[in-house]
Amino acid sequence: MTLEVEIEKKLAEFTLDVAFRATETPLSVLGASGAGKSMLLRCIAGLEKPGRGRITLNDRVLFDSARRVGIPARERRIGMLFQNYALFPHRTVAQNIAFGLHDLPHDEQSTRTAALVSRTHLAGLEQRYPRELSGGEQQRAALARALAIQPEALLLDEPLSALDTHLRGQVEAQLQETFATFRRPALLVTHNMEEAYRLGEQLLVLARGRVAAFGSKEEIFRRPPSSEVARLTGCKNISRARANPDGTVEALEWACRLRLAQMPATPPNFIGIRAHHIDFLESAAEAATDSNVLRCWIARTSETPFRITLFLSLDPARAEAGEAHLQAEVFKEKWERFRDRTQPWRVRLAPESLFTMAE
Amino acid sequence: MDWSPLLISLATSLVATAVTLVAGLAAAAWRQNRAGAGAALIDGIFILPLVLPPTVVGFLLLLLFGRNGPLGKLLLQFGASVVFSWPATVIAATVVAFPLMYITARAALEQVDPHLLQAARTLGASEARIFREVALPLAWPGVLAGTILSFARALGEFGATLMLAGNIPGKTETIPIAIYFAVEADEIQRAMAWCAVDVGISIILLGGLYYWTHAQRLRRERWGQH
Repeated sequence: MTLEVEIEKKLAEFTLDVAFRATETPLSVLGASGAGKSMLLRCIAGLEKPGRGRITLNDRVLFDSARRVGIPARERRIGMLFQNYALFPHRTVAQNIAFGLHDLPHDEQSTRTAALVSRTHLAGLEQRYPRELSGGEQQRAALARALAIQPEALLLDEPLSALDTHLRGQVEAQLQETFATFRRPALLVTHNMEEAYRLGEQLLVLARGRVAAFGSKEEIFRRPPSSEVARLTGCKNISRARANPDGTVEALEWACRLRLAQMPATPPNFIGIRAHHIDFLESAAEAATDSNVLRCWIARTSETPFRITLFLSLDPARAEAGEAHLQAEVFKEKWERFRDRTQPWRVRLAPESLFTMAE
Repeated sequence: MDWSPLLISLATSLVATAVTLVAGLAAAAWRQNRAGAGAALIDGIFILPLVLPPTVVGFLLLLLFGRNGPLGKLLLQFGASVVFSWPATVIAATVVAFPLMYITARAALEQVDPHLLQAARTLGASEARIFREVALPLAWPGVLAGTILSFARALGEFGATLMLAGNIPGKTETIPIAIYFAVEADEIQRAMAWCAVDVGISIILLGGLYYWTHAQRLRRERWGQH
């Protein structure tokens, strides 16, 4: 089961130019809004025509500009979950699910619909209209409807963005359950890196229509291949950098020398560290013995229910002005322990947490 | 009193509305997803009978269906002639009612969320089935309003009908034409009677239209569309 995509399509602001291959493991497509994510799904589903390229699903050529092949959407057997779910408002849940089963005999339509209703936990809601369902139920109904045609691939366009926060957990569990049994190419488009990480195995980062990263999600989050990907995967601390002859790296915006766990193969033009990897040293002795320790002053803070983001300045004058060099994130319990200590504080950018990027 | 104008008017309007409904829907469905100068020009032609004086429409139809007109000649080969016959009342009423049907049907179809049509496509439905089972049911209130307006317009048709069908009592004499010739002949009582009938039918139609759209609104609230 493989979906292979290699397409180009001119958009208003840039050209969508993407090549990748998806197999049985779910693939998250992460990108900022307007990066071309939805257009990519629409091209695969056959709702938009790429300018050039080729799309194959298993042995079937769905689109090939060179051979002038363009299978219409209705023959692609690709299930698509729309961002607003696009349930037919004048049909009940059961009628929505059965829409794609039109060509089957009546009793088989009912059996399949019933199976999908129970699989998506919609029992008792079959006769309701979409309007009478909660957001999560609508989403499950749309998923059941897409699965009814026994699609050879599944495309999900921002499946969680229309839901309240407390529903997302439930819906995510439903999607994970679906992916676990689906075992066919499944693409999930999102602008939320945590969703992308939780729901996908593989990750494709899209930036202005181009593949900025593609591979295992762990690897991309641990060692982003570029500063752009680092930013898109939520890295808050990125500085321009330069290699020193002694094997250390000069972080230009942070005005310091940093030791790395190992020297990278590519030139380290950028260096980064994630906000939660910044260590706050509690004793001066600790600070004295270690490298990669910086003195910092607090510029401002921003609280979430359980954690606090600290905006740190590497010189007191800029801290005064509220300008920060680094963002650190700590649990509030820890913050309570050192918040009253006199500044400057000492933070450590551990060599094993630092990563460099060529571009 | 001779009731034939009522029967002729109702028969003419019913047939004209039926033709208009099918043709208007077909034209509106065709026009969807089409843009450009060609489509805009065709739009103009479809809507033209709404803005032209009925006498102009009638005269053009006369040129088209007359003995020397292209359609008239064609029909003559089958031994048929429509000018000054009952079908002429239907043709005149259809042509003037068509723009109302076309405009309302198009507006109603454009209101349907395109994502619903796309979802139907990914679910394997043919374009014809999508139109029948998704677009049309959702656009139906607008289409029905267009149907009633077309019927009312067909019922009130006078100028083009007179030009193309003339005034043949018992054959092409519709209510509006009966009224005109009653006034001409100074038969004020007869004119007033037909006026009352016309006003009555129109009130029932428009009242029915209002009632129906209200009922639809309540039903569509259940669907979540307003």
